[in-house]
Amino acid sequence: MAAPAWTRSETARGYFTLSPVLIYAVLLLAAPLITIFAYSFFKDGYLVIIHEFTLENYIATWSDPIFRTILLRSIIMAVVVTALTVLTAFPIAYFVSFHVRPSRKSFWLFLITIPFWTSYLIRIFAWKVIMGYSGVINSSLEMMGLMGDGRLFEDPFRMLTTLPAITVALAHAYAPFAILPIFVALEKIDRSLLEAGQDLGETRWTSFLRVTLPLAMPGVVGAVLVVFIPVIGDYVAPELIGGGKLPMVANLIQAQMLPLDNKPVGSAITISAMAVVALIALGFVFANRKFLRRPK
Amino acid sequence: MNKSNLDEKQMIEFRDVQKYYGDYHALRGISASIREGEFFSLLGPSGCGKTTLLRTIAGFEDISSGAVLIDQGDMRDVPANKRPTNMVFQSYAIFPHLTVAENVAFGLRRDPRTKAEKQKLVDETLAMVGLSGYGTRAAHALSGGQRQRVALARALILKPKVLLLDEPMSALDRKIREQMQVELIKLQRELGITFVLVTHDQEEALVMSDRIAVMFEGEIAQLDDPEELYRRPKSRRVAEFIGEMNFLPTDVIGESQGKIQIEVAGLGRAQIEPGQVSAGMGAEPAVGFRPETMTILLDEAATQDREAAGTIAEVVYYGDMTYYDVRLDGVERTVRLSMRNLFGRPVLEVGMRARIAWSEGALILFR
Repeated sequence: MAAPAWTRSETARGYFTLSPVLIYAVLLLAAPLITIFAYSFFKDGYLVIIHEFTLENYIATWSDPIFRTILLRSIIMAVVVTALTVLTAFPIAYFVSFHVRPSRKSFWLFLITIPFWTSYLIRIFAWKVIMGYSGVINSSLEMMGLMGDGRLFEDPFRMLTTLPAITVALAHAYAPFAILPIFVALEKIDRSLLEAGQDLGETRWTSFLRVTLPLAMPGVVGAVLVVFIPVIGDYVAPELIGGGKLPMVANLIQAQMLPLDNKPVGSAITISAMAVVALIALGFVFANRKFLRRPK
Repeated sequence: MNKSNLDEKQMIEFRDVQKYYGDYHALRGISASIREGEFFSLLGPSGCGKTTLLRTIAGFEDISSGAVLIDQGDMRDVPANKRPTNMVFQSYAIFPHLTVAENVAFGLRRDPRTKAEKQKLVDETLAMVGLSGYGTRAAHALSGGQRQRVALARALILKPKVLLLDEPMSALDRKIREQMQVELIKLQRELGITFVLVTHDQEEALVMSDRIAVMFEGEIAQLDDPEELYRRPKSRRVAEFIGEMNFLPTDVIGESQGKIQIEVAGLGRAQIEPGQVSAGMGAEPAVGFRPETMTILLDEAATQDREAAGTIAEVVYYGDMTYYDVRLDGVERTVRLSMRNLFGRPVLEVGMRARIAWSEGALILFR
């Protein structure tokens, strides 16, 4: 029996095997994005959306000092979180790649991914418990007799609702995302390159700087993007740890979309923030292009 | 092979070098020295410790006991980056993130010369290895042979006292390999730098070296120049590893007038000089001879030498020469002979009878 026509073409078969993913991607990624993009150019008519092209939403967004403040705050926080995460992830990835016996490496990677067994929300809640006014840190200090009248610390620390608290919680949550790409890049480095570096007169440290680090850069760039992009749009940590007092861009969007019910402006903020993030990410990749040009 | 002068300076000296990896005894008391300006090879099968020994010179491998001296200096506490050696790695270890010129200039960072002078030096070195004009190429865009030249230039630009080569030609095609062998010999002769080559390819070692150390199981089995190694292997194992050798069971009958009487299966009675005797490994006495030391006599040709007879069992044709496996009369054993295919000489066929001319001087007795 001859095969049906659609199975005969290589391309058609390719699309067929791809179709579940394709349908998923179109429905759940492309369609919402296009909708948001379209909404950002519509007028808000209080209870209805007026389907007329306008740039008012973008003008309103960018002329609003609150948006600019919050966007800047989000960017700064995301940069700090990314820097913190990648700088702490690198030594861990380096240790696993260079100092763990090959037979033990997968075990170590398994350990690193353990935090993923708990939902992100629960992990953020855990930080709330740790950093709360009468949380783990403060009550421990109290129990050790370091806190109270006339002691080392007068009053319990106010950690929640501060930027450092949000930063720490996010850096912890995204650590595995940063470790894995850096680990992969380090694993790819031919170990004889490091010996060659030393053979040519460099110490361990200088051959790390001249050989290992540049060769690990594709992983570092990957880690930076993988952390920076979701962190800048994080909604949960500012809400739960920041207590809503330090809103970030995602919280602003949520406010426009739901309580204020101004979907066109909410969409314009979304598209604006996406554009800014894309620009920063592209700029970063461009700045590191010399490390990325090399074929594998 | 004119380096037999006893006043020759020693460049590298191994003094009872021992190396353990846990329980594994990788180097078992290596004592040898490598002369200044010689092309020295460490030859042996994989796992014999030759690469480990090379790495103890470079400083990548600590030794468990003994001493490694370079230019009379003990290298015990000298790290790899401070040793007057440079290495061409088996994988070439070309830095993939740098251009050819940046690779070659890698070791010049601490060099006090100006940028222009360094640039000139890089250009000269690239020209020396036949890569003029390749400086701006990305390192990953090179062929295997070109990578090896970059590795060579990168090491030689630092003017090391010793150049270490770790199986540098094992990944190259035969043609390029032969070409590189000749170029390396020329380079070594021009520069006068001591070269230490690790190889498992006995032909490569014979072609390139002034002296060769044959290693088995962490020990040097024999250290000699190529001709001596080929003609007078000190043990059956060395004889089997270097080139091809036929062995025939032998009875030692006795000695008289400084000569040794032997009875060789298939060849008959013979007399040899004491210099033709190699100490075996306690095995049965046997006589060995190389394929090219015997000749198949064509037609009714006469010979001054001794004669034996047999039947051709196998013919392996190589173009310039032919190998014949000949079953000797009176012994259930074939020996391999090689004959150059001179103009007008026919290639014989399987099953043909053959008369073989041999001489006593070509025999080596292993006992």
